[in-house]
Amino acid sequence: MSQATEESTPAMNTQASARIGKSKWLFRLYLPAVFKGLFNTFLHLVKAKGHKTFTIQYPEVARPVRKGYRGEHRLKKDALGREKCVACFMCQTVCPSNCIRIVAEEAPWPDRDKRPKIFEIDMLRCIYCGMCEEACPCDAIELTEKFNVVSTTRTEKIYNKEKLLSN
Amino acid sequence: MTWSPILLDVIRAVLIFAAVMTLVPFLVLAERRISAWIQNRVGPNRVGPMGTLQPLADVIKLVFKEEIVPARADRVLYSLGPLLSFAPAAIAFAAIPVGRGLQVVDMSVGVLFVITATSLAVYGISFGGWASNNKFSLLGGLRSSAQIISYEIAMGLALISVIMTTGSVSLSQISEGQTSFLCWNIFRQPIAFVIFFTAAFAENNRLPFDLPECESELVGGYHTEYSGMKFGMYFLAEYVAMIVMSAMVVTLFLGAWSPGFALPEGLLGTVISVGVFSFKLFAVLFFYIWVRWTLPRFRYDQLMHLGWKSLVPLAMANIVVTGIVVTIWDAVQ
Repeated sequence: MSQATEESTPAMNTQASARIGKSKWLFRLYLPAVFKGLFNTFLHLVKAKGHKTFTIQYPEVARPVRKGYRGEHRLKKDALGREKCVACFMCQTVCPSNCIRIVAEEAPWPDRDKRPKIFEIDMLRCIYCGMCEEACPCDAIELTEKFNVVSTTRTEKIYNKEKLLSN
Repeated sequence: MTWSPILLDVIRAVLIFAAVMTLVPFLVLAERRISAWIQNRVGPNRVGPMGTLQPLADVIKLVFKEEIVPARADRVLYSLGPLLSFAPAAIAFAAIPVGRGLQVVDMSVGVLFVITATSLAVYGISFGGWASNNKFSLLGGLRSSAQIISYEIAMGLALISVIMTTGSVSLSQISEGQTSFLCWNIFRQPIAFVIFFTAAFAENNRLPFDLPECESELVGGYHTEYSGMKFGMYFLAEYVAMIVMSAMVVTLFLGAWSPGFALPEGLLGTVISVGVFSFKLFAVLFFYIWVRWTLPRFRYDQLMHLGWKSLVPLAMANIVVTGIVVTIWDAVQ
């Protein structure tokens, strides 16, 4: 192992100096390499040659959200402004983190039997997997692109039906 | 004008000291912004317009931080360290002419004074490293002393060749001697300029020679255990030393306060000379920062190799050549 290192080191040195294309004396002077480096950082400094700042100034400029991003939930409404949900419990059943709680009641409308009386999602438990969205037969729940979720208490993070409908 | 000369001296001293102290926060900000731009980042831009109040926020934070003295640390030396590091650097600026006829004391041995004062700063670093009762600090202090001893020699030898060409050790006379553009010592002593500048980087513990405080090996080096305003003092000392060394580079090699042609007499000329000096100082400081964010750190043996095997022999050869040239020149004249 050590023999291999001894053999490879001088070869690598000559390679390095050959790659730089300078005589060994000039290479050992460091200064050409130093000026090359300084020139490179100067290009970065003045943003020449396609260099640019990658920082997104967050509160003022939000990062663009990709298609299919899974953020906070929303309950959808139909054309009459009623919630689409028929309280079938599919999402509650499929939810791997058990964060959806539904209590059903009889619907006052003729086109469906039930509607949710209580529809709560514990956002602290939710893993944003999107299974509820996939399981829903009425296309009533979906994940939005909202990601800046902030609250000061734990109870605030349990979203009720009104919150989800307005989300 | 019936002002006593002592009062004038005091006013001059306070003015120049205040100017240097005001420069430090802006230098810190410049360092952070320039480093950010080089690394394609944005840098501090939230506190005040364009982040100009960021240094103030930093200082407030440092002042209100708790001062921790490590257990079994040498309390006296521990407190003395930052002061010993800062004071010599600040004193050294007294001998530097910041404009035509504008300097705190016009010493006949100005060069020697500045070099002596700046090299005293190593005591602060070594004491801090020793007194902290921490192996990383101690290593940082040791490295600093070894490094400064090595590079001081190269620096002194480079200076000798400059002194031989200018024929004076007084900084004001060296400045006066560089009034016309072609008399700048960078053209008369280019090798000495390179050696002096390199040694100045090492003297200030700046990258690529920041081994006393290299954060990837020694945590923080000599100031690992320091916190609060004591750490702030080390920080301040580093930047003041940087300003002093840049001022020395400007004075000795880059034509001091001279714009390259003769200045008008009187107050106007003095004001212009101060402006020219500041401009050159900022340019050199910018170069310091620029180099810091370009070059990687030397390994310790590479540092010693460069200092003892390259710079010192080169400086000595330069002295010999300069001596021969100066003798022939004098004989021809």
